[in-house]
Amino acid sequence: MSDSLKPLVLVIDDEPQIRRLLAVALEANGYRVLPAATGQEGVVLAAQHRPALVVLDLGLADLPGQEVLRRLREWSSVPVVILSVQDDEAGKVAALDAGADDYVTKPFNTGELLARLRVALRHATPREESAVFQSGALVVDLAARRVTVADREVRLTATEFALLSLFIRHAGKVLTHRQILREVWGPNAEGQTHYLRVYVAHLREKLESEPSRPRLLLTEPGVGYRLIEEE
Amino acid sequence: MSETNRPNPDALLRSIQREEAARRRGRLKVFLGMCAGVGKTFAMLEAARRELAAGRDMVIGYVETHGRKETDALTEGLPAIPRRTLEYRGVQLTEFDLDATLARRPQLVLVDEFAHTNAPGSRHPKRCQDVLELLDAGIDVFTTLNVQHLESRAEAVRQISGITIHETVPDTALDGAELELVDLPPDELRARLSAGKVYLPDRAATAQGNFFRPGNLSALRELALRFVAEHVGQDVRDYRLTHGIADPWKSGQRLLVAVSPSPTSASLVRWACRLAGELKAPWVAAYVEPPRPLDTEEQKRLAEHLALARQLGAEIITTSDRDVVAGLLRVAREQNVTQLVVGKPAGWRALDLWRGGSFLNRLIQASGDIDVHAVRAEGVVAPPRGVRPPAFESWDWRGLLLALGSVAGVTGVGLLLKPLTGYPAIALVYLLAVVVLGLFVRRGAVFIASLLSALLWNFLFVPPLFTFRISSAPDWMSFLALLVVGLVVGQLTARLRAQQLAERSREQRATALYLLTRQFAQSADLVQLLGIIVRQVGEAFRADIALALPEESSDAPLTPYFASTWALPEKELSVAVWAFQHRQPAGRSTDTLASAQGLHLPLVAGERAAGVLSLRFHDVTPLPPAQRDLLDAFIRQIALVLDRQRLRDAETQAKLLAESERLGKTLLNSVSHELRTPLAAISSAVSGLREAGPLTPAQQNLAGELDEAAARLDRLVRNLLDLSRLEAGHLRANLDWHDLRDVVRSATDYLGRALSQHPVKLNLPPDLPPVKLDFALTEQILANLLGNAARHTPPGTDIEVRARLDPNQLIIEVADHGPGLPHGDPMRLFDRFQRGPGATAGGTGLGLSLVKGFTETQGGTMTAANRAEGGAVFTVRLPLVALPPLPEEKE
Repeated sequence: MSDSLKPLVLVIDDEPQIRRLLAVALEANGYRVLPAATGQEGVVLAAQHRPALVVLDLGLADLPGQEVLRRLREWSSVPVVILSVQDDEAGKVAALDAGADDYVTKPFNTGELLARLRVALRHATPREESAVFQSGALVVDLAARRVTVADREVRLTATEFALLSLFIRHAGKVLTHRQILREVWGPNAEGQTHYLRVYVAHLREKLESEPSRPRLLLTEPGVGYRLIEEE
Repeated sequence: MSETNRPNPDALLRSIQREEAARRRGRLKVFLGMCAGVGKTFAMLEAARRELAAGRDMVIGYVETHGRKETDALTEGLPAIPRRTLEYRGVQLTEFDLDATLARRPQLVLVDEFAHTNAPGSRHPKRCQDVLELLDAGIDVFTTLNVQHLESRAEAVRQISGITIHETVPDTALDGAELELVDLPPDELRARLSAGKVYLPDRAATAQGNFFRPGNLSALRELALRFVAEHVGQDVRDYRLTHGIADPWKSGQRLLVAVSPSPTSASLVRWACRLAGELKAPWVAAYVEPPRPLDTEEQKRLAEHLALARQLGAEIITTSDRDVVAGLLRVAREQNVTQLVVGKPAGWRALDLWRGGSFLNRLIQASGDIDVHAVRAEGVVAPPRGVRPPAFESWDWRGLLLALGSVAGVTGVGLLLKPLTGYPAIALVYLLAVVVLGLFVRRGAVFIASLLSALLWNFLFVPPLFTFRISSAPDWMSFLALLVVGLVVGQLTARLRAQQLAERSREQRATALYLLTRQFAQSADLVQLLGIIVRQVGEAFRADIALALPEESSDAPLTPYFASTWALPEKELSVAVWAFQHRQPAGRSTDTLASAQGLHLPLVAGERAAGVLSLRFHDVTPLPPAQRDLLDAFIRQIALVLDRQRLRDAETQAKLLAESERLGKTLLNSVSHELRTPLAAISSAVSGLREAGPLTPAQQNLAGELDEAAARLDRLVRNLLDLSRLEAGHLRANLDWHDLRDVVRSATDYLGRALSQHPVKLNLPPDLPPVKLDFALTEQILANLLGNAARHTPPGTDIEVRARLDPNQLIIEVADHGPGLPHGDPMRLFDRFQRGPGATAGGTGLGLSLVKGFTETQGGTMTAANRAEGGAVFTVRLPLVALPPLPEEKE
């Protein structure tokens, strides 16, 4: 692959060590990296270089990460993956609800980071929606509303199916509680996390081979859920 | 549903409030009889036995059986609270023991004779106040009462039987009470009486013949029946109002009764109370202070009447006006009064003519849309009043001396002048002296001076000298003129002075209040404020002042303020505490603990009392109503200003706290960032290394060691940071619905390789619903318990995580198969830096204290124990919130 064809990733982080680490990991895996040490610089570089992806640290010294995200979103729909520390669930949720595409928690696993970037890039490019979704043993025919697990048909209620098709539309990406509740139950249900817990438990019961150790429908603690795509 | 049938929302609200208050308060049941001997105590004891049989915690507080066998038999075997014995003037008295009952806290207590007057030195002068305190404390009470002891019926009973009732209870004491009428036909009562079955105190025995006449008994019986019917009628009205049943009752009435020092005013107040009760209307008792000052007797009576009205549930308003009619109507309009109750004047008064009609006529003419009730005065007949009440307010010896002196002086001057002017002119000198005197002395002295002047002039100057005979007509005219002018002038100047005095005292009151508020506005802090209060109130009311305020650092409810001018003795302080806790005045000239030296007034602003102001007056006489009014105004001002000061202090405190919290958080965040970023870099670099290409087994091992070390350090840093957050009190539980399985999985993922030697067995009910908890805190609890178990148990043994719900808690247990807990108190494990013996390296002793802190932050509890089958078990109990319903599934 020639250099100019490689996707350009803008890394906005005020820690030089993390910037270097990200540069090494990303460049070894087919990306070009554009580092920015401050939020201000990041916004300017994003405007100048039109990166394909932005990796944004929430804990910047000069601007709050959410503010950088807001300024980017004023004119650009570039996919943004948030980099954040473990205890800041509220910050992650706020950033995701404000238009970030996904997040990675420090210390990050390189494989996980690359997977997140891939999904974010894929969702950013418009493509034909496939009518059939497959992940591991799960096959969902969205048009026919047919769900099978290991070729065995599974019956879902209307709400369960609505929930599952939402996950499929955003496969691989994290969805926050608020986003899911709003989509499936309407804007008035935004605070009703318990709906979600009950219905996700139902879905796991019906779709997972081992419901207490889910491999398809993962919980992102304090943030939301993610449907895993298995090849 | 038609508009008119909808329940009145205000009435509904009031009824809910009353029902709520009733739920917190105890319930009162009154066994009401027409007179002694109908069997009230007997009926009460029977009812109490039924309650006891139904399993209620019932005790006898005070029951008077008068030694009757049937009644005595009923008390046998019932639990009782010993009576309090106290000695008064050498006599042993036994009384109901209020404090012992409050301490015992039964569900139901029997207290006989509701209208009983307590022995001097008791907390309350009347037993009905003891009962109210019991009800306030949530204890149900059964009591007995004769209809003649009802405040509003006492007058009627006196008219029926001719006996004045001294022990009365206010009708408001029966508000919300359940009444049970104990009825006995008069003939049967008389039969019981002649059989000696009715106990009568000795002094009443003489009245027995009169009191128990068949006619009397019938009238009393009717009175009792009617009272119960009216009481029930009110309950029915309440029910109708709240349930929207149409009722002819015209709502929104408000009554005003005009109170005066006249002796008939008391029965007027009772009449108004009855009317207000029947109309279910709020009522106001108003006193319009005329310019003329009252004498002590009148002041005393007025204070009694106002106290009676207050006791019967009226709101008290005093105002002053030159014209009583105008004053009354002004108050009535201000208070939105719809009905006005005044006394019907006894006779016709000449003076009314030139005043523009009688008091009543003028009131009716000016009353507009207010209905006026003129009620015939009952009871004591007013003393006949002249044009003015008897003139001598009190003997003014200084004024009398001045009057005698000036008459003597004028006589001397007259004797000197007589040769020059002749005797008729001397009359003018006398006249001048009397007029001038009127400016300085009271009416009585002026009167004496004018009489003396006339006589002396006649005796010493008018021929024939040294006789009281007057021979010529002009001399007669001069003599009479001197006499009459003197009297009239004296009267007029005296009235002028009285008006002046009244105005001056009103002005003084206004000024005092103004000064107080102005000084409040200027004072900067609480200490200065308290100093002003002590000084100003002390000066205005001629009293020693003590301020007692609640102090946060102290266990006592009130702490006396150090700069008080009266050091509260312990007994007085306890009275102040009572006033504070009950938010009612107590001590001298009140209904509560009236034997106290001082008057203790709670400083009530809004819902709470800010403290108590205690006054020890220098004078012995009670405060006149006007002064008492002023004192109340002072108290309101002080309460407001103290409350404002408290809010201001709280605000400053909150600001400081928020600032320190913000600083603490900033520091923690930066430390956390500095420590964890390098750790994150190490972990990420290792994962990058693995991603970069296949590693040799040796490299694989080294990478694993790096990972493990970084993870351990990260856990340590996280624990230390959590601990400092916990210490600083910054930790808040963020409760939301979670699947407990997610929490457990997250905890085991977090521990990673640290659990590699210990399989974790999960034992959760398959139908475990979502539970409300803080995800991060609970994850840390489990991670620490699991990590702890892994460190203290031999490799290869498994760790079990169990959870179950009981009706109101979520119970999570972490059980292991290790050596178990060391001997001694297992709770000591939760102390900081406690490490179990034989622990392998790698624990800081922080884990369990964090677990306990995190559990308590979520409102839960934490215990540790050894299992019967070996190993330790740690149990976390978190409060359980019921799962709200889910929306209907739309198929």
